[in-house]
Amino acid sequence: MLRKPLEEEGSEGHRSIGREASERTGPEQELVLVNDFAFKLANVNGTGSASANGLLMQAIFRMGIPVSGKNLFPSNIQGLPTWYEIRVNKDGFTARTARYDLMVAMNAETYAQDIDEVRPGGWVLYDSSWPLAKSLLRSDLTFLGVPYAKLCIEHFSEARERTLMKNIVYVGTLAALLDIDMDVVQTMLSEKFAAKPKLMTSNAKAIRLGYEYAKAHFECPLPIRLETLDANADKILITGNAATALGAVYAGATVAAWYPITPSTSVLDAFKEFCEEYRVDAETGERRYCILQAEDELAAIGMVIGAAWNGARSFTATSGPGISLMTELVGLAYYAEIPAVIVDVQRVGPSTGMPTRTQQGDILLCAYASHGDTKHILLFPANPAECFQFAVRAFDLAERFQTPVFILSDLDIGMNDWVVPHLTWDDGYRPDRGRVLSKEEIEALPKFHRYSPEDEHGVAARTLPGTSAKGAFFTRGSGHNKLGGYTELPDEYQEVMDRLSRKHAAARNAVPAAVIQTRPDATFGVVTVGSCDLAVREALAELASNGLHGDYLRVRAFPFGPEVESFLRTHDRMFIVEQNRDGQLRSLLTLETGVRKDQLYSVLAYGGLPLQASQVVASIVHQIRETEKVVKA
Amino acid sequence: MSYIKKPSARNPSLQPNKLGLTVRDYEGAMSTLCAGCGHDSITAAITRAFFELDVAPHMVAKLSGIGCSSKTPTYFLSGAHGFNSAHGRMPAILTGASAANRGLIYIGVSGDGDSLSIGLGQMSHAIRRNVDALYVIENNGVYGLTKGQFSASADPGSRSKYGEQNTQQAIDPVMLALSLGATFVARSFSGDKTQLVPILKAALSHRGFALVDVISPCVTFNDHEGSTKSYRYTRKNQAPIVEADYVPPAVEITAEYDDGADIEIAMHDGSTVRFTKVPEGYDPTDRDAVTLFLRERQSEGSIPTGLLFLDPEGNEMHVANHTVAAPLASLGHKVLCPGSAALDALQKSYR
Repeated sequence: MLRKPLEEEGSEGHRSIGREASERTGPEQELVLVNDFAFKLANVNGTGSASANGLLMQAIFRMGIPVSGKNLFPSNIQGLPTWYEIRVNKDGFTARTARYDLMVAMNAETYAQDIDEVRPGGWVLYDSSWPLAKSLLRSDLTFLGVPYAKLCIEHFSEARERTLMKNIVYVGTLAALLDIDMDVVQTMLSEKFAAKPKLMTSNAKAIRLGYEYAKAHFECPLPIRLETLDANADKILITGNAATALGAVYAGATVAAWYPITPSTSVLDAFKEFCEEYRVDAETGERRYCILQAEDELAAIGMVIGAAWNGARSFTATSGPGISLMTELVGLAYYAEIPAVIVDVQRVGPSTGMPTRTQQGDILLCAYASHGDTKHILLFPANPAECFQFAVRAFDLAERFQTPVFILSDLDIGMNDWVVPHLTWDDGYRPDRGRVLSKEEIEALPKFHRYSPEDEHGVAARTLPGTSAKGAFFTRGSGHNKLGGYTELPDEYQEVMDRLSRKHAAARNAVPAAVIQTRPDATFGVVTVGSCDLAVREALAELASNGLHGDYLRVRAFPFGPEVESFLRTHDRMFIVEQNRDGQLRSLLTLETGVRKDQLYSVLAYGGLPLQASQVVASIVHQIRETEKVVKA
Repeated sequence: MSYIKKPSARNPSLQPNKLGLTVRDYEGAMSTLCAGCGHDSITAAITRAFFELDVAPHMVAKLSGIGCSSKTPTYFLSGAHGFNSAHGRMPAILTGASAANRGLIYIGVSGDGDSLSIGLGQMSHAIRRNVDALYVIENNGVYGLTKGQFSASADPGSRSKYGEQNTQQAIDPVMLALSLGATFVARSFSGDKTQLVPILKAALSHRGFALVDVISPCVTFNDHEGSTKSYRYTRKNQAPIVEADYVPPAVEITAEYDDGADIEIAMHDGSTVRFTKVPEGYDPTDRDAVTLFLRERQSEGSIPTGLLFLDPEGNEMHVANHTVAAPLASLGHKVLCPGSAALDALQKSYR
C-alpha cells in the first residue's frame, strides 16, 4: 500500500488518491503509474514555451485522459522564470498537486528549486548541452539529459527558430517518455499550422528530433505513462475567460467597457473575437456591438451603467484593483437601480498584490461594494462551464432585479485551460429583460413613477430613454422617494432603502442554487466556493477513504439560498474552505445567515497558487485532532 | 427641488414649432439655484435651442454630474429622460448611453469642478472618442455648493469672495479641447443669449463631441471685484470674435451679409453653419491657426467668444466603430444570439 497515513502538516507526504500499483517492473519493483501522475515544466518567460506546454496538455486531452494544466507565470514579459504544471488523473481528480513525478527543467536559473521539488524516485529532464552542476544531483532521482540547445543549433539555422524550437523538441522527448500518441500530436500540428506550411515543417522536424533522441537514449516509456482512455468524448478544453465572453455573446450583450488588467484582459479579447465572428453584418461589415476600452475602471463601469440605463445589455471585466475603483458607481447603479454585469477575475491582493496569482479575496468587497448600505448579487462559477452559464444568468438577474451583478471568477479559472463538458445552448432561451415598460404600457398609465408600484420582488418598472415623454423620469444617485422625486425626508428615504433590502433578499430564490453532496456517515460539513471545487472533492474522497466522512456544499451565489441555510442548520461542525487570509466566505455566512460562528472552521490557502487537496486534508485532519484533544482534556 | 411645480396656465399667444409644441413644452421644473445665477440663463438658452430645432423632447437624453450646473437638467425638457449621475463621471455614462443608442440626442451638462477637476480625465477621453453629444460646461471658476473654493478654471491672480488670491494656473477647456482634437469648440457667456442659442443649435446639429464652454457667473460666490468670472468682468472683456448663424436644413440662404467673406459649413443633418463677422484670415476649420489666434487674444486679457472651431468631417464614435445604424439597445435577441448550432460548431475548435 503506497498511501501513507494522513499527514497533519504540509503537502509533502500526501499522495493523490486513485493511484494504485498496477504493475511492477524490474528489480527495483518500480511502480508503474498509468494516467496518474503530475509533471512540471520550468521555463523562461517569453521564450515560446507557453504554446509548447499547451500543446502537451491538449495532446493528453485528445487521448481521452482527464488532465489539467496550470500556468504559474510571473508578472513579466520576458526573462523571469515561469512554470507550467500538468496533472493527469484517470479518476478525474485534476486539482493542482505539488507532488511532481517529473520535472522538465529548461531554466538553469531555477534548477536548484525545480530539482528539489521532484518527489523521491522521480525524473528530471534537462538540457545537457551544458553539464549539470554536481551539487544539483540527487541520488533518488533519475536525470535524463537531452542536448536541446545543441540539437537546435545543428538542425535549425535562424536564431529565433533555434530558441523557439527547443520547446517543441522537448514536447517530442516527452511524447516518447510518457507515451503520448504521436498521431495525435501530428494531427494537432497540421491543424495548427494548416496555413503556415513552413512552420509546419520545422515543428514536425523538432518533434521528431526530440522523440527519436529519447527513443535512442532512454528506456521509453517511463514508468509514469499515458494510455488512451475515453473520458473526454463530450468534453472541451477552454479557459474561464473565453467561456465568460461566450456567455456574454449568447446573453445578447452589445456593449462592453473595460480597462486592461491581468487576469481579466482575455475576457474582452475573447468577446471581441466572438463578436467579430458572430456580430458583424456579412454584407455591410457593420458591427452589432460596441467595445469601449475605457481610460480607467471608473469610466468602464460608468459606460456599462450608461448603456444599461439606455437599454443595452452591457458588462465589464476587471480584477480586484478595478473593483476598488468601480465601487463608487456600483453604489449609484445599486441606488438608482440600473442593471450592470461586472466580471471580477480575482487575483492576489491587497493593492497591486500578485497580479499573476490566484485568490478569492474580493468576496466581501463585492458583497457590499460602495459607501452607504449596499448589497449585491454575486455569482461564483467553479469552472469555465459555469462561467458560460453564469454569464447568461448574470444578465437575466441584473435586469430582473435592476441592480449590479458580480461574477466572481479567479485567475485559475479564467486563464487556465480546463476540461469541461461540452457547452450546450437552449434555442428556446429568451432573455429576462425584467420590468421595462413599452410605449403602449406607458401611455395606458395614469402617470408613470419610476420606483412605484413594486412587484413581489420589490422591483418597480423602468422606462427607457427614447420611448415616450410620459415615461420620462430623472435618474439620480441623490436621495429620492418612491416616485423618483428628490427627497431629504427620513421616511421617504427609508421607504426606498427598505425596498432595496427586500429586493436583494428576494434574489435568493432566483440565483443558482448551491451544489450539495451528502454521505450517509457524515460527521461534518465542508462548505466551499468557486475554484476550490475540485481540490475539496478530492480531499473529501481522500478523507472518506480514511474513515472521515463529510458532506459537501459549494456556494454558487449570494444572497445565500434556502438550501444554504438548511445545510448550515443541519451540521454542527463545518469547514469553510476558501482562498483568502481572513475567511471572507465564513464572515459572509456568519453575517448573512443564522449560523453560529463557532460552528465554522476555516480552511485557508492564500499563497496565490491553485488549491491542492492535500492542503484541505491536512487542515481538516489537524483541526479534527485539535478538537478531539480538547474533548479528551 | 423638482417637486416644485410651475403654474399650468399657458399663454395662448405662444407660437408652436413644427411639432406643435410651444417653448413651454421644452421647460422643466422650477430652478432652485440662486436668483440671478448664470446657469438659469443657459437653461433658458438650451430650452430655446431645442424648441427652435423642433426636437421631440423624449428623443433627448440629458445627463449631468454633480454640482450647481449638474442640477440644471431638471430645469429643461421634462419630457426627456435625465440622469444626474456622480461627480465627474457623467462623460463615461454619456459615452455608454450613446454606445447603446445612437438614435437619441445627447446633452451633457457639467461645471468647471465637475469637468476640469474630478472629471478632467473622463471629459478628455469623451473628446478623444468624439462621442456624439452637446457638452456644456457652465463655467464660474468656483465651487458653489461647498461655498466658494477656487475651481481649476479660476484665473491666476483672481480673488475669492474672502480675499484669497489664486496662485495656480487655470485649466482652459477651450484650449484643452482644441489640443485633444475636439471637433466642435465654442465659448460663450450666459449673459449673451443672442450668441449662445445659435451656438447650441449648431452644436446639437454637429455629429460628434461639441464642447460649449459658457462663462456663467456665480452671483453668490464669484461676482465680486477681483473675480475674473464676474458679470462685470466678463461683460467688459468678452470679445465675440466670430458670429455663427445656424441655418436649418432645407432653408435657402437668402440673406446677404455685407461684411465680406462668409464661411459656410454644411452639417451632416443638412443644416448649415454660416460664419459671419469673422476676423480677417480667421479660418474656423484650421485647428492650429485657431489655437494660435486664441492664445494671442487671451494673453491680451480678452475673452474671445463664439463658435471658435468646427471640423464637420471628424468621425464620431459610432462611425469609427462601424456600428449598425439601428440602436444596439433595439436589436432583438435573435439577431444577437448565434444559437446552438453555432455553439456546437465553435466547440470543434476547443478540442
